[in-house]
Amino acid sequence: MASYVFGRCFSALVTLFVVAAIIFVATEVLPGDVATAVLGRDATPKRLAALRAQLQLDRPASARYMDWLYAFVQGDWGYSLARPKQAILPLIGERVRNTLWLSGIAGVIGVLLSLLLGVVAGLKRNTWFDTLVSTLSLIGMSLPEFVIGSLLMLLFGVIWALLPAVTIVQPQATFTALFPSMILPAVTLVIVMVAYILRMVRSSVIDVAHSDYVQMAYLKGVPHRRVVWHHIIPNALIPTINAIALTVAWLIGGVVVVETVFNFPGIGRLLTSAVSDRDLPLVQALGLVGAVFYIGINIVADIATLWLTPRLRTQYWRVADE
Amino acid sequence: MSSSRPWLPHISLPTLIGIVLLAIHLIMAIGAPWLAPYPPNTIDTNNAFQAPSSQHVFGTDRYGRDILARVIYGGQVALVISLASAVLSVLLGGLIGVIVAYVGGIVDEITMRVIDAVISIPGILLLLVIVTGLGTGTPVIILAMVLSYMPGVIRVIRATVQEYVPRDFIVAARLRGERVSDIVWVELLPNILDVLCVEFAMRASWIVLSVSGLSFLGFGVNPPTPDWGLMVNENRAVLVLSPWGTIFPMIAVATLVVSLNVVSDEIAKVFGIDRGVRR
Repeated sequence: MASYVFGRCFSALVTLFVVAAIIFVATEVLPGDVATAVLGRDATPKRLAALRAQLQLDRPASARYMDWLYAFVQGDWGYSLARPKQAILPLIGERVRNTLWLSGIAGVIGVLLSLLLGVVAGLKRNTWFDTLVSTLSLIGMSLPEFVIGSLLMLLFGVIWALLPAVTIVQPQATFTALFPSMILPAVTLVIVMVAYILRMVRSSVIDVAHSDYVQMAYLKGVPHRRVVWHHIIPNALIPTINAIALTVAWLIGGVVVVETVFNFPGIGRLLTSAVSDRDLPLVQALGLVGAVFYIGINIVADIATLWLTPRLRTQYWRVADE
Repeated sequence: MSSSRPWLPHISLPTLIGIVLLAIHLIMAIGAPWLAPYPPNTIDTNNAFQAPSSQHVFGTDRYGRDILARVIYGGQVALVISLASAVLSVLLGGLIGVIVAYVGGIVDEITMRVIDAVISIPGILLLLVIVTGLGTGTPVIILAMVLSYMPGVIRVIRATVQEYVPRDFIVAARLRGERVSDIVWVELLPNILDVLCVEFAMRASWIVLSVSGLSFLGFGVNPPTPDWGLMVNENRAVLVLSPWGTIFPMIAVATLVVSLNVVSDEIAKVFGIDRGVRR
């Protein structure tokens, strides 16, 4: 197990190194002069020269990449271009906090709700409940986040005016001050998440319910309730761990749109404004932060799957022992 | 399924609705010049913010542009970008997937490492990073879509081809001394065609979602192109005053994606391929 965890983390580091390279190449090495791209065509030569010096554009890209990565690991994330004198690390820090609150709330509610609905829909396959839930999830999957968000905003923020339509509190606000503004974005994220995970859980429950060992349990006379709780649910949930991880990881992307819709001060909102400003160092840092989260969540899911599935675990041990 | 006509897939009501919706979208996009009541970009500030009426069935936006016309032309934009991106992703991804699986070894190893890395960047993040580097506009969006959706195709096709490479009919073709290109076209392609179709259908619907999301954020096609996501973005500020400009494009995106999802589910079912979660 330990060697698996170690191996998995090592390969994740390699992946991260390549991810960082992709982000760096996409933002800096692509055609054209970075300084002109940032400042625009009518920038004065003096400002262009200053920016080139700041970004050290005279040095080869590979050297800049290694320096950037080295500084990043050490916690020196550089300065924002669009927000002068603003260090990136503290800027991202407070936004990460807000995004973690938002996606944490949405993630916990979304996962629990989709497990509940998915298991019930799978067990009561082809009933009206199943049809309703499956149809709603198809619709939920098909609506872009900004559509769901805008509709909720129109209904609850404008027509009934129950909740703030957009966030007007400062990014540094406390949890209680921020909470009312978090409800609508969180509900939007929950709707999209549930639509995706639910389908996975449902089909996994149906698969397990038709397996030989569940039939066997029924034939032996095990009560239905016990079959559901001891045979179906534990076995049906393990394959969904990865789907949950993928969807939770999707949250990282989903928050970008949802935060922009509701003007919520998290990393997603920060990213879209950094992209409009062509604030390269900030975009690079945010891209890397997102990828670290994404890869981290997937490692946790892989390890959890292995840990919860004795069959896979012993298989791996056998391979390791040989 | 014991149907008296086993060659015809059993079509359920939701599937039928999906197919009809998709057909309507295709007809509207192709027939836009004849169906749209006005040109999409004609400005008429005297008639700004009109509510739906017999003259402007869906109302007008802040420049007095007819929203129905823009929604209809928006379908062209959405379908052209999405289909172009999906076709390119599947063709290029399929080609690379086949080559990588067939050649194997170090080429395979390196390609898969890069692909794992690309897949490890959450979708919208990768799109935004590309947009930061290249700017906005239709060619950039298509490129960004291909770059972010192709890796998934490569992974799936590689896995499928790897199953076939050691099989007898491929080995036999090799021993007969056939050229690699012949083996790929004659022996491999017919076997992976079903997977390619499903990949295409699935990705088309995801790409419509992504493109509209990107346009909504303001990083998609450039104004004044009538794009649904961009229309929502432009008209969102006047949501209370005139919700028409926001609601109709939203309905358009939603129905297109619903129909694509339903149809791609059906294609997957017909080919007997398990459609997994979003990758």
